[in-house]
Amino acid sequence: MTEAAVQHALLLSALLFAVGALGVFIRRNLITIFMCVELMLNAVNLAFIAFSRSLGMPDGLDGQVLVFFVMTVAAAEAAVGLAIVIALHRHKDTLDVDAFSLLKW
Amino acid sequence: MDAIVFYGFSALTLLAALVMVTQRSPTYSAFAFIVVLCSLSVVYGMLGSPFIAVLQIVVYAGAIMVLFLFVIMLLNVREEARSARDGWVLKGVAIALVAAFALQMASVLMRARTQFPRDFEATAARVAEVLFSLRFLYVFEATSILILAALVGAVVLAKKDL
Amino acid sequence: MTPLLAELVIAVAKILVIIGVLLGLFSGMTYLERRFLAFMQFRLGPNRTGPWGLFQPIADGIKLFFKEEYVPEAANRWAFLAAPILSISTALMAIAVIPYGGPLTLPSWGFMPEWLAGRQVSLQIADLDIGLLYIFAISSLGVYGIVLAGWSSNNKYSLIGGLRSSAQMFSYELSLGLSWVGVIMLAGSFKIQTIVESQMGGFWNWNVGPQFVAFMVYFVAATAEVSRIPFDLPEGEAELVAGFHTEYSSMKFALIQMSEYVNMITVAVLATNMFLGGWDSGLPFLPSQGLYGVVWVGMKAFAILFVFIWLRGTLPRFRYDQLMDVGWKVLIPLAVLNILGTSAWIAFGSK
Repeated sequence: MTEAAVQHALLLSALLFAVGALGVFIRRNLITIFMCVELMLNAVNLAFIAFSRSLGMPDGLDGQVLVFFVMTVAAAEAAVGLAIVIALHRHKDTLDVDAFSLLKW
Repeated sequence: MDAIVFYGFSALTLLAALVMVTQRSPTYSAFAFIVVLCSLSVVYGMLGSPFIAVLQIVVYAGAIMVLFLFVIMLLNVREEARSARDGWVLKGVAIALVAAFALQMASVLMRARTQFPRDFEATAARVAEVLFSLRFLYVFEATSILILAALVGAVVLAKKDL
Repeated sequence: MTPLLAELVIAVAKILVIIGVLLGLFSGMTYLERRFLAFMQFRLGPNRTGPWGLFQPIADGIKLFFKEEYVPEAANRWAFLAAPILSISTALMAIAVIPYGGPLTLPSWGFMPEWLAGRQVSLQIADLDIGLLYIFAISSLGVYGIVLAGWSSNNKYSLIGGLRSSAQMFSYELSLGLSWVGVIMLAGSFKIQTIVESQMGGFWNWNVGPQFVAFMVYFVAATAEVSRIPFDLPEGEAELVAGFHTEYSSMKFALIQMSEYVNMITVAVLATNMFLGGWDSGLPFLPSQGLYGVVWVGMKAFAILFVFIWLRGTLPRFRYDQLMDVGWKVLIPLAVLNILGTSAWIAFGSK
C-alpha cells in the first residue's frame, strides 16, 4: 500500500458524501432518500477510519471506537426512521415526499 | 496486490453509489447500497481495520439493510413515477451545486497532513481495550440507553393501535 | 518457486480438496438422511439404486440435470438467477476459516518437490485473527439469498415464505453469536485454531463442560439457522406451498438445497471445533496430530449431524410465533446469562 492511500481514502469519502447529498436532493422516494443519508454516514465513517490509520497506535484507536458508535447510532436511527416511514405509508398510501406537504405555507 | 484490491474496491464503491442514486426502483437502490457497504468493508480492511470491516458487514449489510429490504418488500413500494418537477434544469443545478460542494470538501481534506505508520494494529483486542476504558464509559452507557429508546420508539411508531 | 507462489498453490489445493470433500459429503448426507429417517420411521428408505441404495444421490443428480429449467414470466429474471448463487456463495465462503484437523506435516518422499517436502500445512484455508466474527458476518449475508429468492419469484407465497425464513434466520443469529462469546472469553481469542488448542489434552478440557448452557443455546440456534426441523416452518412440505423456493426447479433448486446442507455441515464442524475439542482425541493415549485429527473431527461432526437427522425424525414443527418466542425470549436471555456467569468466573473465580 502506498503512502497516499489515506489521502485517496479521504477523497473517496468526500465523493461518497457528495453523491449521498445529491441523492437526498434529487430523489423523491422517502426510503431512497433515507438510504442516501445512510450513505453519507458511511462516507463519514470512511473519513474516520482514514484519519485513524494516519494517527497511528494509541490515539488512532479512538477513531475506530468512534466508527463503532456511529454505526450503532445509525442502526438506531434506521429503526426509528423506518417505523416513521411505515406510519406515513399507512396514512397516505404513498412514499412520495411531495405528498407530505400539509405544513407548507 | 494490496493496492489493486484497495483501488479496485474504492472504484466499485463509487460506481455502486452512483447506481444507487440513479435507480428508479427502491429495491434496486437497496441492492446497490448493499454492494456499496460490502466494498466499503473491504476498503476498511485494506486501511488496517479488520474489526470495523467485519462489524460493517454484521451491522450495516447484515442487519440494517435487511430491515430496509423488509420495509420495501412489505410496503410493496413502487417505482418512482415521473413528474413535472423532474426537469433537466433542476437536476442540472443540483448536480452542479453538489459537484462544487464535492470539490470544496476534497480540497480541504486533501490538505490534511497524513502519515502512514507501519505498526498500526487495530485488532479486536486493542479496540476493545479502548472501547471499554474509562474514557468511553459514558458514551457506551448512553448509547445503550439510546438503543433502548430507539427500540421502544420504533415499536410505538409502527403499531397500528397501541 | 517463490514463497508467495508456493503459498498460492497450497491454498488453491486446500480449496479444491475442501470443496470437493464438502460437495461429496453433501450428496452423502442426502442419502444418509433418507436412510436414517426411514429406519426411524420403521421403513427401509432408498435401497434399490446400487448396493444398499448407495447410488441414489447420483441418480438424484442426473434427474435434476434433466428437469426443465424455467423462470416465471413476471419474475425479475436477474434476481431470480442471482438468489441461489448468493446462497451457495455465502455457504461456501464460511468454510474458509474452519479447520478440519491439526497442523499436518507433509511427508518427504522422493518425488516431492523441495518446497513441498516436510512442509507444515494447517488444514484450514485462511487462519484469520477474527475468524469467528468472519463466520458471523457471512451468516448475516446468507439471509440475502433467501430474501432475494422470495421476492424475485413474484409470488405471494414465496414472498411471505422468504420474509418469514429470513426473519427466523436473523433472530437466531443473535443467540448464535452470543453463545460464542463465552467460548471466546475462555480461549481469549477469535482465532479458531487458538480455541481448539485451548481444549487439547483430554475430554475434561473440552468447552462443552464449562459452557454447557452455551452449547445448548448454540445447538438450538444452529438448528434454526439452517432451517431444520423443528424450525423448518418456512420450507415445510405442507406450509405455504414450499416457501421461498416454490418457483425454483432443477439446478437452481439443487443449489439452494446444497447451500442448506453445506450450512448444516459447517455448523456441525464449527460446533466440534468450539465445544467438542476439535481434533483432540479426548483421551491422552490416543493420537490426535495430523490425519488422526481429521478422523476425530469427522467422527464428532458426524455425531452432531446424526442428532440433526434424529431431531428431524422425532419432533413436530414449531408454529411461527412459538419459533419467534423461543428465539427472542428464551435463547437470548440464556446466552446473556451465560456470558455474565463466564465473565464473573473469569474476573473473580479463577484467582
